[in-house]
Amino acid sequence: MTIGIVSAAYISAAVLFILSLGGLSGQESAKRAVWYGIVGMALAVVATILGPQVPGGFGNWLIILLMIAGGSVMGYYVAARVQMTEMPQLVAALHSFVGLAAVFIGYNAHIEAWRVGGMDEATRATLEGFSAILAHKTPVELAIMNVEVFLGVFIGAVTFTGSVVAFGKLAGKVDGKAKKLPGGHFLNAGAAILSLILLIMYANGSGVWTLILMTLLAFFIGYHLIMGIGGADMPVVVSMLNSYSGWAAAAIGFTLGNDLLIVTGALVGSSGAILSYIMCKAMNRSFVSVILGGFGGTTGPAMEIEGEQIAIDAEGVANALNDADSVVIVPGYGMAVAQAQQAVSELTRKLRASGKEVRFAIHPVAGRLPGHMNVLLAEAKVPYDIVLEMDEINDDFPNTDVVIVIGSNDIVNPAAEEDPNSPIAGMPVLQVWRAKQVFVSKRGQGTGYSGIENPLFYKENTRMFYGDAKKSVSELLPMIK
Amino acid sequence: MKIGALKERAENEARVAMTPDSALALQKLGYECLIEAGAGKAAGFSDDAYRAAGVTVAENAAALSSEADVIAKVRPPESAELTNLGPGKTLISFFYPAQNSALLEEAKVKGVNVIAMDMVPRISRAQKMDALSSMANIAGYRAVIEAGNNFGRFFTGQVTAAGKVPPAKVLVIGAGVAGLAAIGTATSLGAITYAFDVRPEVAEQIESMGAEFVFLDFKGDSQDGAATGGYAAPSSPEFREKQLEKFRELAPQIDIVITTALIPGRDAPKLWLADMVAAMKPGSVIIDLAAERGGNCDLTVADQKVVSENGVTVIGYTDFPSRMAAQSSTLYSTNIRHMMTDLTPAKDGIVVHNMEDDVIRGATVTKEGEITFPPPPPKIKAIAAQKPKEKVKELTAEEKRAKESAAFKAQAKNQAILLAVGTALLLLVGAYAPASFMSHFVVFVLACFIGFQVIWNVSHSLHTPLMAVTNAISGIVILGALLQVGSGNWLVVILAALSVLVATINIVGGFLVTRRMLAMFQKS
Repeated sequence: MTIGIVSAAYISAAVLFILSLGGLSGQESAKRAVWYGIVGMALAVVATILGPQVPGGFGNWLIILLMIAGGSVMGYYVAARVQMTEMPQLVAALHSFVGLAAVFIGYNAHIEAWRVGGMDEATRATLEGFSAILAHKTPVELAIMNVEVFLGVFIGAVTFTGSVVAFGKLAGKVDGKAKKLPGGHFLNAGAAILSLILLIMYANGSGVWTLILMTLLAFFIGYHLIMGIGGADMPVVVSMLNSYSGWAAAAIGFTLGNDLLIVTGALVGSSGAILSYIMCKAMNRSFVSVILGGFGGTTGPAMEIEGEQIAIDAEGVANALNDADSVVIVPGYGMAVAQAQQAVSELTRKLRASGKEVRFAIHPVAGRLPGHMNVLLAEAKVPYDIVLEMDEINDDFPNTDVVIVIGSNDIVNPAAEEDPNSPIAGMPVLQVWRAKQVFVSKRGQGTGYSGIENPLFYKENTRMFYGDAKKSVSELLPMIK
Repeated sequence: MKIGALKERAENEARVAMTPDSALALQKLGYECLIEAGAGKAAGFSDDAYRAAGVTVAENAAALSSEADVIAKVRPPESAELTNLGPGKTLISFFYPAQNSALLEEAKVKGVNVIAMDMVPRISRAQKMDALSSMANIAGYRAVIEAGNNFGRFFTGQVTAAGKVPPAKVLVIGAGVAGLAAIGTATSLGAITYAFDVRPEVAEQIESMGAEFVFLDFKGDSQDGAATGGYAAPSSPEFREKQLEKFRELAPQIDIVITTALIPGRDAPKLWLADMVAAMKPGSVIIDLAAERGGNCDLTVADQKVVSENGVTVIGYTDFPSRMAAQSSTLYSTNIRHMMTDLTPAKDGIVVHNMEDDVIRGATVTKEGEITFPPPPPKIKAIAAQKPKEKVKELTAEEKRAKESAAFKAQAKNQAILLAVGTALLLLVGAYAPASFMSHFVVFVLACFIGFQVIWNVSHSLHTPLMAVTNAISGIVILGALLQVGSGNWLVVILAALSVLVATINIVGGFLVTRRMLAMFQKS
């Protein structure tokens, strides 16, 4: 294959990737869109392997084939086995791979540049592939490449450890609470400044130790940054890491002079950035405040809550449901934890069968991943046309007979609207308390992730339905007529 | 221990304090149940029905009173009924201790423990035993039914072949429990319903029941219902004047007036004066639920139906709940049962008269030969304090337009600044970077731009698949690794091979999991 054909393949691949992302605007077109992505990727990989830049030879082919086969088997295994509730972990784990690959490729570029630099003119002429490109670079281009390598490794390393920590937190292997070493963000800032100094030294040819030291610093930043962010902010963290993995790919693309890498990296990077923005907006917080961890300071004493939490048993809830005409279910992370989505789906089916209007209200940051709840409900075969966004359903609550809140807390907290001193003041929330009756399925009386009392639980039309969400909902099923 | 329900002595009192259903529940608490013969007859519960529920039927009141440890009743006891009681016995009934001081004294002398159902504090926890509310609910419903009975026309408006019928207009004064129940009943019958209350915070409740709140434009301080435990307090003379003026204005067009205005511990305020009755159309009906305490209407005679000179019917019955004895007995006996549940924490049939408990303390008026009325204020406030509502200013069309154009200008300005800064940065880079870098850089910037445009259209529900797909395509770093695999350096080969491996996991895993997820999204 000539370089022209390879370029053509790259262009088609880039177009296919764009189509693939664009197709996600609707559920039906999305099913087609994923194929665009697969075809685009296949085109790019095959064209690269057969292209002139990858030197032939049995050894090379064997290595590539073995690695791709091994990776495919592992990828297939992971994708087939993963539970839908474990999606956040999987996404985080996959991010870490991109980060790791970016670090490796960056180091390779450094080693190659160093190797090529040591050759004489005659040997240089015989080089093939990547080293050949390096051999033809002018000194200015080499300097720029050094900066690109450095940035690629830096972003890749942050993505890697960050994703590993995020994975640990989401999988429950690391405590989900925000934790910081003494010194807090000054440590991160210090490490970042040091990395910048190292970049300047590296660009001036200080040798490989600057690169290695920077990698260690970046590993630390990734680790410490994500350790300092708590459970409910995870949607932002995951989309942020998604963005980073894209920028890392783009930086690698610059290093290698490969436009497809640059285009794809930029697409992924901007996608992650937009998702982070949407998530932050949904929590009424700035990106910086999420990254800095913890909730913003309160401006005064919280409003006192009066009244008490009144418990109700399954029979009471079932009676109310039997009498209701319209029901809205608000799922949250608690539903995912209790694996209650199947029971909820069965409840929905039964209620719909008896002619009631059942809908789901999804807050943008419900769960630990953007769109997490939608995927869980889809898995449990809840039709997607009754799963609505916050803006679509918020005005309908006053006309709703029964709202069931399953395992969510902060996203239905009226303090966000009523108490200007609340740490979550101004965050858009689902106004469930406007409904005639609200049942809250919750494990115990504790506060949510943010540690903020929820006045909803004390409202007159709220009843607390204590217990594990899956068990509670299953108890309801036989009582629904 | 044994719990018994007496037959009501009062004339026209059909209610009973225990039903077969509540007896079953009480037995679960460990009590033996007794009932006086014929007690439930007027409410539709025969002695046999009680026997079937495991209740012992006692011959007469004396036999029951001597045997039972807890005696339940509806109306306050008469002196004769108290004679059979003594120390160690507990009486649960309506008692009205503030108005019945003689009776209170008598109970004290007898040494009876009296729990007054009308003294149950108005806090959330005690709602289940709030008999005043459950009776008021019935009274409100019945008031509308009684009004319909005496009103010669439809409630709902109709257009029929025989002519057009205008809907009835109902005014409910006082939106307590009875008032709200009346509003609900009247609106569901199809009447146009207006409601008035001195507490502005109930406007929302009134509107939620489907009535229109009669708004009084009054400049002075409005009342805070929280201060008085959810009840209304007497209003200032100026406010009263304003209120009457409004009623006078409404009177000619209203067909049915239901008044429920009561202030705790006082005579009912006069709100519907003789001149307002005179202004009403003939055939109109006034139901005065406050008749027992003197009535809200000038013409009201307690327990009677009178017709004014201009043909307006004024009904002053005081026994609305008793007129629906089956329903009210069921609710009242449930209130009693809840009270017993709180009195029997161990469910072992033994009464624990815990004076530390806010609800029990509040309801107890005599205990062990001492008067414990009035109770100290409860520890928990009944209703959260009302916040002053901020009014959202309605914008005029011009203001709106001005606001929109200002927003547009600000947006345009932001965009211009962003573009200018972006161009400047690009120029800066272009001035120093070599041409080969610039060509890649252009590609990068364009790709970011396309990415931003495309991703905004992704639907919210598909954000997780979006992450998985971007994850898969970020496996494109495999290209970099593929290019490096052919290197002569062994370390480079190993690292590149590892990168190919992990990137492939990413690609394959990402795409497969996306496909799996998308396949799950189904239309109903």
